[in-house]
Parts: sequence; structure tokens; C-alpha cells
Amino acid sequence: MTEQRKLRILIAKPGLDGHDRGAKVVARSLRDAGMEVIYTGLHQTPEMIVATAIQEDVDAVGLSIMSGAHNVLMPAVVEGLRQKGGGDIVVFGGGIIPDDDIPRLREQGVHQIFTPGTSTENIVKWIRENIKPR
Amino acid sequence: MLFDTESLKEVLAQKESWTREELAKLLAESPERQKRFSSISDQEIPRLCTPDDCGSLDYLEHLGFPGRYPYTRGVQPSMYRGRLWTMRQFAGFGTPEDTNQRYRYLLSQGQTGLSVAFHYPTLMGYDSDHPRSRGEVGKCGVAVDSLRDMEVIFDRIPLDKVTTSMTINGPAGILLAMYIVVAEKQGVTPDRIGGTIQNDILKEYIAQKSWIFPPRPSMRIITDILAYCTRHVPRWNTISISGYHIREAGATAAQELAFTIADGIGYVQAGVDAGLDVDAFAPRLSFFFNAHADFFEEIAKYRAARRLWARIMRERFGARKEASWKLRFHTQTAGCSLTAQQPMNNVVRTTLQALSAVLGGTQSLHTNSMDETLALPTEASVTVALRTQQIIAEESGVTNTIDPLGGSYFVEWLTDEMEKQAQKYIDKIDQMGGIVRAIELGFPQREIGDAAYHYQQQVEKREKIIVGVNKYAMREEIPIPILKIDEEVERRQVENLKEVKRKRDQAAVKKELEKIEKAARSNENLMERFVDAVRVYCTLGEIIGVLRGVFGEHRDPGML
Repeated sequence: MTEQRKLRILIAKPGLDGHDRGAKVVARSLRDAGMEVIYTGLHQTPEMIVATAIQEDVDAVGLSIMSGAHNVLMPAVVEGLRQKGGGDIVVFGGGIIPDDDIPRLREQGVHQIFTPGTSTENIVKWIRENIKPR
Repeated sequence: MLFDTESLKEVLAQKESWTREELAKLLAESPERQKRFSSISDQEIPRLCTPDDCGSLDYLEHLGFPGRYPYTRGVQPSMYRGRLWTMRQFAGFGTPEDTNQRYRYLLSQGQTGLSVAFHYPTLMGYDSDHPRSRGEVGKCGVAVDSLRDMEVIFDRIPLDKVTTSMTINGPAGILLAMYIVVAEKQGVTPDRIGGTIQNDILKEYIAQKSWIFPPRPSMRIITDILAYCTRHVPRWNTISISGYHIREAGATAAQELAFTIADGIGYVQAGVDAGLDVDAFAPRLSFFFNAHADFFEEIAKYRAARRLWARIMRERFGARKEASWKLRFHTQTAGCSLTAQQPMNNVVRTTLQALSAVLGGTQSLHTNSMDETLALPTEASVTVALRTQQIIAEESGVTNTIDPLGGSYFVEWLTDEMEKQAQKYIDKIDQMGGIVRAIELGFPQREIGDAAYHYQQQVEKREKIIVGVNKYAMREEIPIPILKIDEEVERRQVENLKEVKRKRDQAAVKKELEKIEKAARSNENLMERFVDAVRVYCTLGEIIGVLRGVFGEHRDPGML
């Protein structure tokens, strides 16, 4: 059996909010679980995130938003990836996201939303089951 | 000493025999529930504290009397028997009109001070029509682009009667300038307005991360504000030195205390270096702490904070006025302790946290609403949060006496422990060359990141329990109604901004923006320029835009 390449995940903070505790904890957990993790830092526009994702050739992008701007910013990243030839990059997200908003985000191409209280173990498990190296 | 040497000896002897006999016997039969007991900060907690644990404490030197140095027991001689703390709920959402309505509701329900939450574009210095503001307008707070918005927010609210706290940092001077002009239009002169601007940029780099300019020009703007307010707005609290966000980012209680006090030292030093007399500005510095879930640890933290600051101001900075020595603080219960699961439980959490703030001697308090892990609070949930404070104040009886936990062996031991741990960090930061340098090196940021990760691992291993999340979880969630900010808000706010820009005196705007640029490039006080600029409706984004051109922008190094 050939050894599978490590998963490459971009953890990104779109928008203006500065709450990076969750993004950093998740990023470190994924790294500890053996994935390659790139963290964008704060205050990224969707365009910046798309450019990093393409350039770093990642398998998935995890978006963390606490400001309530998820309905605009998450679909903008999905759409940007599609336009730049990264339509197969899996987009998932987390943050303060009301349940009511989740079905529409899924329809718009966000694969999974992790809400407050999710354990990093569950996030790692979901990524392993749902994301394959491209 | 709290206890004389002879009786301490006797206590120690008996403690040893008790440990050998009663305790050992019981532990042999039934061990304790855990091998190690620790606080939420993972501070190890002793089984039992006795007088010998506070053996080195001297009553007059370390505790003293309320309103007297070192203020461990409180900053006022009568504390809550004289006046209760200010009940100040942080609020702001949607358009200025929406927020004005919420404020007038809160005041009608017995709230005693206002506290403004601004939306992200305002915090970051962008107008609502900027591309970076897309999706953010009115979401996390109220949208303020120009003086017009502040006029609406404070419509029919008398600024000579109400004090206002504004959570604003990078653009703090500009928002204060708008407040001054709104008051002026109500006929209230600057020397009669009271309130607070957060204006604590150092903790932005450390934890909250809503910065605009790099640290050094930011510190210059802050000293301009200190100098201006000392002369013209004497009742204004010029910096609210904030541990709240440091804690929310994952710091331990001792780290919260340490980095907050270290930031305070940074501001006082900057003021002194700018040639200001320490006693002229230090009395207007106030603090803002978190009230987290670990009850006694929080109380110890507040008591230690007062003692630590008093000593620093008197010994390190040579301040002579008592007002400079006193650490006055606002408290907010811990947002990060609330759970989206079984949200009603958050009322109970908040009650305990608020009680710790009161037992710790806070001057003002915000209690979180049960729905804040889901969205901004509804009117119904914010009412329960306010009532929580009123119940503590008027039913529980805890306000009848001052510092009721003073003299508790455990609380005194923990207070001392907090102070020692914080002092260790402060020494380390001094060795690095001060807090600005430590921030540039990423030191506090890294310590906090490590603590946050450590706590999360403890939660996942169930070493730390979160009721309803990693224990007592339920399948069926009780739904509660949440507040939704309409996307229409953005459209309306952008319309209003257009209208302001269309109607104002364009030549005056251009002239004031040029003056700001000139002041920024020289050492002219920027506050005076801000007041003149906002009066002619220069927008926040325009003013910050000019300053960005001069000072540059700070960027997140994206360190994990």
C-alpha cells in the first residue's frame, strides 16, 4: 500500500472580527492529528483566502467567523474557489452561526458547519471521513 | 501579622496531627474524588487553608481598610453600603435608531449607565460603504460612520445625567470627539460629561485583535488623548485597561491579571515619557476585568489587582495622589463560559460570575444574557441579565458588609498567590524591555494561545467539566428565540451615509482632513483636530484613512 499524502488544510479568518481563539485551537488540533495546517491570520478578504488556498494547493478550507457576517463571507469563498479552479476544495466552517442559517450555507456549497461546543476530536473525525487528498 | 507566632505554631502542630490521624484514616477508606484539584486556570487548589497559609500576611500592610492603601478590601470606605455598582449592559446593534431604542428601554428598566457596542467596521476604521464592511454592518454592534449616527444614538438621552462607556480602541479619539460634539449640541459642556473610552490598544495586539495602526503610533494617539482629556474632559476615563478580552482569548486568571497590569504600566510610562504629570492623568485610568467561572479565583484576582496596582503606582511611578493608586474596575461575566447547549443554564453561570465580581468589589458590571453564544441578546434575555444584578444588589444581602471574604484563609492565600504569579510575569516583561516590546515579540500572545489549547484539551479529556456539553448533555435542545439582524440594515446605513456626505460642507471637510494629516506628521495634538473634523461631518473612515496613510497598518503575523 502506498502511503497517502498528508491532508493539507487552510484555516482562515475572513472578515473583520478578531476572535481567533477557536481558529487557533482547531488549527493546532489538526496539526497534532497529523495534518498539514496553514493558518491565514486575521482580517482576510474572501479573495485573499481563495488566493492562499490555490497557491498552497490545499485539500480543504476551514472558515471561522464570529461576527455574524457568515452569510456573505462563506459563500463568497466557495464561489471564489470555483472561479479560480478550486471547486473541488472542500469548504467547512465554524463560529457563532444560528441553526436557521445552516441549510442555506450548505446549499451554497459549505460542506459542514461546526457550532459552539463542538470538540476538536469531532472536527478531526469529520475531516478524516470526508476529505481526501486531491 | 494576621496571627501571632505562638498560635501559628500550635495551629501547625495540630494540622500535622490532623493530617496524620483523621485525614489519613479517612483517605485510606475512601479516596478523594480527584487526584488533584485545580481551578479553571489549572491552578492547584489546596485541600484546606489554615492560618499558617497566610502566615506572612500583615493585616495593615496587605489588607488594611477599604478606601485606604493598598485597597485590598475595596476602593471606597463604605463600598456598596454607600452606593451600588453601576449596572451597565453593553449594547448596540443594527442602525443607530435601533440602538437608541434599546438604550431608552434599558434606562427605563433601571439600568444606570450606557455602554456602546460598535459594529466591526467602526472598530476597524471603515465606513459602512467600504468593500471590507460587506456583511458586517450592524451585526456585532451599532454602525457609526459619522456624527449623524451618534446624534441619533443619544437622541433624547441627557448626556449630563447618564455616563457612557464606549468599547472602541483604534478610533477611540474620534468617537470621543463625536460624543463631545453631541453633548455640546445638547448644551452640555465637555467638563460635565462622564464616561469611558476603552482606548486600550495594547490588549488589542494581545487578545482582542481589533487594531488599525502599528503599536508605536497607536501609543502616540493615546498620549494625545490623555493630554487633551486632562485639560478639557476631566471626568472622562481615558483608558479602560482591559483584561476581559485577554481572558476570553484563553488566558488563565493570573495571566489576565498580569498582562492587564503590564499594559497599565505601559500606558503610565508612555504618559510620563510624553512629559505628563503622573497624578494629572493616572486618576482617570480605569480597569475592566472578566468574571469567569471559578468563583474564588476571580474574587482573589480582583483583590490582588487592587493591591498590585496601588503598590506599582506609589512605589514604581511615585504617584502622590491617592486617586492615582486606586484601581477602579468594570466587570463583565465571561462570554466564553456560556454554552449554546441548554442555554437557560447560562443564567445560572452568569449569576455566580456576577456574584464573584460583587464580592470582589467591582465598580460597574455587565451581566451576559443567556442567548449570547447564539446571537446578540433579545430584549427579554437582556432583561433577565439586568434583573440578575438587581437581585444580587437588593435581595441577596451580600451588599450589606464590605469585603465579606476578607480574612478567609483560602481567599487570602489565593489573593497572595495571584499577586505573586502576576508579579513574576511583570518582572519578565520588564526584562524584555516593557510590554510594547513583549507584544512585538509575541510573548503574551503565545502564553495565551498555549493556555487556551491546554484548557481545550482538559475539556476534551473531561478533566474540566462544562455542564450540558461534556457532561449531562441532552439530545433535545430547548430552543430560545434569537435576535436576527436584517440584511436591510446595511442598505439603510449606506443610504444614510450617502445622505450625510451629500449635505455637508465639502470644502470644510477637505480642509479638516488636511489638518489631520499635518497634525499626524508633526507632534500637534490629534484630539483637537478630531473634534473639529467630526463637527463638519468628516466620516470615521475618512479620518482613519488619512491616518493610515501616515502611520501604516498593523497586520496579524498569523502565529499559531
